Amino acid sequence: MTTMTPVVLNKDSMIIAREQDVVPFRNRVKEHAVRIGMSLLNQTKLITGASELVRNMLKYGKGGIGMIEILSKGRDNGIRLIFADNGPGIPDIQKAMTDGFTTGKSMGLGLPGTKRLMNEFDIKSEVGKGTTITVIKWKNG
Amino acid sequence: MEKIPILKMGQFLLVTIQVDLYDQLAENLEADLVNMVNKTNARGVLIDVSSVSIIDSFMGRILGNIAMMSKIMDADTVVVGMQPAVAITLVELGLPLKGVYTALNVEKGMELLHSKILPTEQNLEEDDDNDARSSE
Ligand SMILES: Nc1ncnc2c1ncn2[C@@H]1O[C@H](COP(=O)(O)OP(=O)(O)OP(=O)(O)O)[C@@H](O)[C@H]1O
Ligand SMILES: [Mg+2]
Repeated sequence: MTTMTPVVLNKDSMIIAREQDVVPFRNRVKEHAVRIGMSLLNQTKLITGASELVRNMLKYGKGGIGMIEILSKGRDNGIRLIFADNGPGIPDIQKAMTDGFTTGKSMGLGLPGTKRLMNEFDIKSEVGKGTTITVIKWKNG
Repeated sequence: MEKIPILKMGQFLLVTIQVDLYDQLAENLEADLVNMVNKTNARGVLIDVSSVSIIDSFMGRILGNIAMMSKIMDADTVVVGMQPAVAITLVELGLPLKGVYTALNVEKGMELLHSKILPTEQNLEEDDDNDARSSE
């Protein structure tokens, strides 16, 4: 199998500034997922992961931007979500990705759980600069 | 702000969640339910989530809180009708719905709640003034 770079067919984005933005963002992601014919299970996983990352961005990153991209790779389509904030950043990513690790007196499920729900998960963070998390869910992945 | 209606049916409280809840609405539901369990001495809470298309860690925590606080007041909580995709996603996310019973539908959920408050035959034999509510 050859590695291909996915082609971006469509781009959308939303500012995430308050708690009231969570549900509309989730709905927007869902619309795109339905449009490419993603299975209900994959849609549910994608939206649930999106919800976790949006919540983190609000709780820890002082809000940010959520981007939605429709991808095409070979015969498969998918959705890439990018969450970027200019918050405090994450000092120890490996720790943050561990089940149960939280600095917010919560369950510490959001990051490791979302990684499990996605096909691809990438996290970049710099202390004092911010955090960018990119995930991909393929239609048939 | 809109409110989610809570129905009282005998010793149980019934809630049907019709839409994906905004956080504030979910938090209000938690407070209202806990208040109502306290006021009515309800013995069970049944939450129908068959129209809910997503349960993330926030919503999971609300359900867990409802169950935990109801339990303190001697009421069991059962969540019914969870869509298979939602259930599978919850497991993969790793969310433990602590203290929450689940059932296939409202009917099965009601049966479960009834079975929880019926004293078992054995209890009746051993303790003739059996009162499940007493806490000595
Ligand atoms: N965007 C972000 N900016 C800064 N820190 C973050 C960000 N996202 C996550 N973190 C850090 O990573 C930790 C783990 O995040 P994760 O979502 O896994 O758990 P949580 O949010 O603490 O709990 P839960 O998601 O279960 O409610 C957080 O407690 C926080 O310290
Ligand atoms: Mg989180």
